[in-house]
Amino acid sequence: MKKFKELSSIAIPFMRSNVDTDAIIPSREIKGVSKTGLSDGLFANWRYKNVEKREIDSSFIFNKERFTNAEILISGVNFGCGSSREHAVWALKEWGIRSILAISFGSIFFGNCVRNGILPITLSEEVIKEFISIAEDETSLNFFRIDLTTKSIFSPDNAEYNFDIIDSYADMLIEGLDPIGLTLKNKDEIDKFQREDVQKRPWVYI
Amino acid sequence: MQKTLFSKLWNQHEVLKQGSGMSLLYIDRIFLHERTGSVSLKELELKGRKIKNPEQVFCTMDHIVDTLPGRDDNTIMPSGRDFIVSTRDAANKAGINLFDIGNDKQGIVHVISAEQGITLPGLTQVCPDSHTCTLGALGALAWGIGSSEGEHALATKTLSVKRPKLMRVRFEGKLNQGVTSKDMILYLIGKYSASGGVGHAIEFSGDTINALEQESRFTLCNMAVEFGCFTGLIAPDQKTFDFVYDRPFAPKERDFENALVFWKKLYSDDDAVYDKEIFVKSNDINPQVSWGTSPGHVIDINGFIPNPDEISDLSLRSSCLKAIDYMDLKPGQRMDSISIDAAFIGSCTNSRISDLRDVAKLVKGRKVSSGIKAIIVPGSTQIKHQSESEGLDIIFKEAGFEWRESGCSMCFYVGGESFKNGSRVVSSTNRNFENRQGPGIKTHLASPITVAASAIKGKITDVRKI
Ligand code: SF4
Repeated sequence: MKKFKELSSIAIPFMRSNVDTDAIIPSREIKGVSKTGLSDGLFANWRYKNVEKREIDSSFIFNKERFTNAEILISGVNFGCGSSREHAVWALKEWGIRSILAISFGSIFFGNCVRNGILPITLSEEVIKEFISIAEDETSLNFFRIDLTTKSIFSPDNAEYNFDIIDSYADMLIEGLDPIGLTLKNKDEIDKFQREDVQKRPWVYI
Repeated sequence: MQKTLFSKLWNQHEVLKQGSGMSLLYIDRIFLHERTGSVSLKELELKGRKIKNPEQVFCTMDHIVDTLPGRDDNTIMPSGRDFIVSTRDAANKAGINLFDIGNDKQGIVHVISAEQGITLPGLTQVCPDSHTCTLGALGALAWGIGSSEGEHALATKTLSVKRPKLMRVRFEGKLNQGVTSKDMILYLIGKYSASGGVGHAIEFSGDTINALEQESRFTLCNMAVEFGCFTGLIAPDQKTFDFVYDRPFAPKERDFENALVFWKKLYSDDDAVYDKEIFVKSNDINPQVSWGTSPGHVIDINGFIPNPDEISDLSLRSSCLKAIDYMDLKPGQRMDSISIDAAFIGSCTNSRISDLRDVAKLVKGRKVSSGIKAIIVPGSTQIKHQSESEGLDIIFKEAGFEWRESGCSMCFYVGGESFKNGSRVVSSTNRNFENRQGPGIKTHLASPITVAASAIKGKITDVRKI
């Protein structure tokens, strides 16, 4: 997994509530048993006027030239709610998004982000609204800088905002660690738990 | 200290505390399906990792497989065959339990998991599918995960989870006629929004819940995720124990007796404390129907489409406007005046035998309004067989419904089968997102009896007026 320490990028202001994973990657855009080849289908129902013909809707924010290289996405309440499909995260990642700032997240989506090297940041409605208005200002290139080691975000005028993320998530992102490998370091504890559990709840074991 | 059901379940499965509210939880059961589970199995194999306890891992074919009679590995969805074949190969290689096409245990993952006695009270269960929360209705801690977490659970039999906050939703009082558990959950989400439960696990309780049959409880917990919750839970009671008894994978005889002793302790203590509480007077609930593109966009069957101009919050107003536009409705329009093109009864929310019996009672001797495409898809092969042995299929077909093989079917669109482009569908499913059921499809969520009544009248209809 790619390590995440610092990120400096223009941000996409996408102030919608309850953006669901069906919208992020519609089911029919998931064509095979694979984690790749998904960015073309990202927001397909909104990005294209005609999905089959791939006719671009230039008014949709992801199609604006200004945001072609954006790595930060700002959104509203409950971003990534709905279906558990990890393809939503894979598609965003393939498109280039590395951090998502929102008022709240769908809980499965949040976990999927962390496991794929995308940093999800929860911020208050007030801060999100402030960031949205900065990001919407097209008169200058508004770069936000995120420093995960200090858990801070710097707005384009260099004001510092702090955010909170669970330490183990931050470590996983910073070090690019493999969570399965990490857990298997506790293999002895897991095996011990299981041995004792078989005694306590034998009826669980098929 | 007084304990909640949730904390009992959590503590019983905690292998390690990992700081900042994270715990490594032991996972009793893992369920997979051909759409997302296949990725987990494939990746695991690529990385050369083994499944820790394959005998406690289950897999079904429900999402991509066709539901037309005579189905096989070929699907209407282009490339669907790849999902099916690769899942089958990976499942067989891994030595997990597979309910393949043609197997009489096949069905929608969350339906068969309970039906086969795979989920039991007190267990932890995960599946790379968001509606795993359905099984919380058995008093199990069950929640949806992503495919990578699926790999993690398969390889280690554990998951690192941040402990959610806990909310109790109490429903008290008798339900009105024509009101089902589907209406209860739609009402809750409509009132408190699709993000009302974010960050929380939710325990449903109260005398309305106690009075619900076990199958109706699944419907309630199924849509906990539409409320934004980590999962939903209901304390198991005698109805639950009776439901579990003698199911194929459930413990038998002495084991069952021992399990019962354990299960009877699975309830929240009287003075247990919750982070948040909601109280609902069940008597206030009428049949509910969704009008928009979020499960929070819900009103009474005799209500009116909202007016965006009356919403002060900007982002809510714009989402309301977009939804009305997508759904092609007008502010102030009466819900029970809206004509439909199609009706769908099925999905992990409402496709169980009790749902189908209720629908049969209503449609018996009646006819689906002309020009309406009406479909009933049983949630499992067992339910299909049971329905046919009771003659329900004949009633459905005589009324003009299509009767299908079990699976997710048109609950969601993968590029295969759908309704005619742009159709308005009243549906017993759980999601009304844009294009969820197909290109331009306008979904109105409702209970199965509301769907059936609407199919007969050709417009959204109050089941009490039929
Ligand atoms: S029936 Fe619908 S909601 Fe349920 S598991 Fe299948 S696709 Fe998901």
